[in-house]
Amino acid sequence: MALTHRSSNLLRPFTTAVFSSTPSLRRPFSSSADDTTTITIETSVPFTGHKCDPPSRSVETSPKELMTFFRDMAKMRRMEIAADSLYKAKLIRGFCHLYDGQEAVAVGMEAAITKKDCIITAYRDHCIYLGRGGTLLECFSELMGRQGGCSKGKGGSMHFYKKDSGFYGGHGIVGAQVPLGCGLAFAQKYSKDETVSFALYGDGAANQGQLFEALNMAALWDLPAILVCENNHYGMGTAEWRAAKSPAYYKRGDYVPGLKVDGMDALAVKQACKFAKEHALKNGPIILEMDTYRYHGHSMSDPGSTYRTRDEISGVRQERDPVERIRKLILSHELATEKELKDIEKEVRKEVDEAIAQAKESPMPDPSELFTNVYVKGYGVEAFGADRKEVRAVLP
Amino acid sequence: MATSLRRFGRLALISRNWSGRGFSTSPSGEINSYSNIQQSEGKSINLFSAINQALHIALETDPRSYVFGEDVGFGGVFRCTTGLADRFGKHRVFNTPLCEQGIVGFAVGLAAMGNRAIAEIQFADYIYPAFDQIVNEAAKFRYRSGNQFNCGGLTIRAPYGAVGHGGHYHSQSPEAFFCHVPGIKVVIPRSPRQAKGLLLSCIRDPNPVVFFEPKWLYRLAVEEVPEDDYMLPLSESEIIQEGSDITLVGWGAQLSIMEQACIEAEKDGISCELIDLKTLIPWDKETVETSVRKTGRLLISHEAPVTGGFGAEISASIVERCFLRLEAPVARICGLDTPLSTCFRTLLYAHQEQDIGCNQVNNKLLAILLL
Ligand SMILES: Cc1ncc(C[n+]2csc(CCOP(=O)(O)OP(=O)(O)O)c2C)c(N)n1
Ligand SMILES: [Mg+2]
Repeated sequence: MALTHRSSNLLRPFTTAVFSSTPSLRRPFSSSADDTTTITIETSVPFTGHKCDPPSRSVETSPKELMTFFRDMAKMRRMEIAADSLYKAKLIRGFCHLYDGQEAVAVGMEAAITKKDCIITAYRDHCIYLGRGGTLLECFSELMGRQGGCSKGKGGSMHFYKKDSGFYGGHGIVGAQVPLGCGLAFAQKYSKDETVSFALYGDGAANQGQLFEALNMAALWDLPAILVCENNHYGMGTAEWRAAKSPAYYKRGDYVPGLKVDGMDALAVKQACKFAKEHALKNGPIILEMDTYRYHGHSMSDPGSTYRTRDEISGVRQERDPVERIRKLILSHELATEKELKDIEKEVRKEVDEAIAQAKESPMPDPSELFTNVYVKGYGVEAFGADRKEVRAVLP
Repeated sequence: MATSLRRFGRLALISRNWSGRGFSTSPSGEINSYSNIQQSEGKSINLFSAINQALHIALETDPRSYVFGEDVGFGGVFRCTTGLADRFGKHRVFNTPLCEQGIVGFAVGLAAMGNRAIAEIQFADYIYPAFDQIVNEAAKFRYRSGNQFNCGGLTIRAPYGAVGHGGHYHSQSPEAFFCHVPGIKVVIPRSPRQAKGLLLSCIRDPNPVVFFEPKWLYRLAVEEVPEDDYMLPLSESEIIQEGSDITLVGWGAQLSIMEQACIEAEKDGISCELIDLKTLIPWDKETVETSVRKTGRLLISHEAPVTGGFGAEISASIVERCFLRLEAPVARICGLDTPLSTCFRTLLYAHQEQDIGCNQVNNKLLAILLL
């Protein structure tokens, strides 16, 4: 049936392209050496444009950037695996959606923009937060509902925020964050500071009406809004083709230009986001469809294997994994040895373990925090307890 | 817990054998031929299986009934629709895209053509994108078309309520919003047997109905449910337990806590009359009024935030009707006026993990009776 038909698409191999990169620096390179050297690498999959000329497949990068990509993605990967264990140990409660497999989107996007640009996303938000400069400690504290978390423990897995670097966070209602992203973009356009907003949503969310309302407003007012569809091909247990008449999400803005991007390739993502930012500042909104994949189930209560085959998952891991792609690039350009990369992974693992240990020390929020932030402090609004007559609190 | 829930099983079962279709477009449309059947004890099943049975029967007995929603074709998040697509085909049981406003709007149209549209909203927390369709389209269709059109065949099912760690978007109890809308009915069952009988009534009722299912009880509540086709009347509350000192009113999952509180109160010599409202609008004022006239005291309990909750409406109505009979102010034991954060679950839903909820109700009972 159509599932197998899809899988063959998902498994589009990239291996050949990685090694066709130009020009190879055939010299030993340790990560501390000159890292301003420019390396040009061809993306394995071309960009496909809708109502726009796609950017070049040749992406400029540097040894430093590649090493950073590797470390950052390894850290994200490790963090999500650790979150899985913490969840199983019941230290993380509630709903928890993991990002492993999609790391290239978070990392590539950050490489193209600044922290003055805004990002807003749905509930699969841990790694976006890390990409925005959040710390592992804040992540794990939030996941475990501790005071030290980025939302003081009151948000949980689905609600990470980081105001100082323009991360407007984790939203629980599918599709709701996209019009918000357009509002952010309007404010940015108004203040003329040459910044843009990235509104991320899934392939499932792409079918929500709000999205089209947002697109129209953004196009009508030429807002610097970039709608990023992270197409991981499933919305919970529903394959994209079951839910969308046209799963070509980059074209679904009709009058809004779009670009289809290999979302498993951090360099392609970087190139696309750079292109999109320039486009949005000049011409208004654009859709980026990131072709990506989530290894884990939808959330912790989904084993992730009932609606797709194990072969499909392992196939993507083998053929398209975003971390392995960068590892191969680093090795083929002799920027580091296999051992050095392994050591980085070990360091990352240690960082993660330390952050978890520290997060466990962070206290749970004080019970009085239950009533804070419902309204603005000091406005004398009252909240009532279970018994309206005896439990009443002027909101702190 | 399971034993106390099972006690809800002692019900006077009202049912009818469904024959033929009550067309939602028929002018009188009322289904009033409920008849008592022999109380046949069926198999012991949980609440989601009871819902599943009701849906099987609804699809079986009416070829113009349809079940749809997000992932419904695969059985749904809570397994309520398991096996339906296999049995009745993908044309009658199907997945929709992720678009609640579209789902409900579509359902209104389908129902307007004389069909029974049974739409699932995955969690009650996600019903808000469809709020406009429910309030502005479904509820007023009959009235504003001068009875030419209606969407009486529409039933919207949604799991509601807290399950301990659901957090902001898997925990809400939004029933009060819908109780402010003339033209729709709101129904909430407390147990498997109730769920099956009430859901079948809702599906066959000639008015649009929002049916909230207590997700906390999907697996937890187990009781014997007759396997045959039966319906329980809407807008008729039920006295689960008779008593003389105070009337307690609730619905859905909260009743299991209130029932426990009644048992505790009994030990203190307090005799409670416990009423399951079942249908929130239009609600059975008479039964509650009669009870309060007898006991002179009323306590209402719901999980939704206390301010603006449906308890306020009950309180106001009963005060209007029974002011001179009341021996104490009407009391409400309800949810806090706060969002529902996972990190505060032990404060917010203590009643589900320990006996705090029951104690809350109980302390209040004692306080009222000491007045
Ligand atoms: C309005 C609304 N409806 C339903 C849900 C339940 N839900 C949460 S995530 C999800 C699937 C979303 O899939 P997609 O947009 O592809 O994002 P992904 O999870 O793949 O990142 C659904 C149905 C919700 N959170 N909000
Ligand atoms: Mg998806």
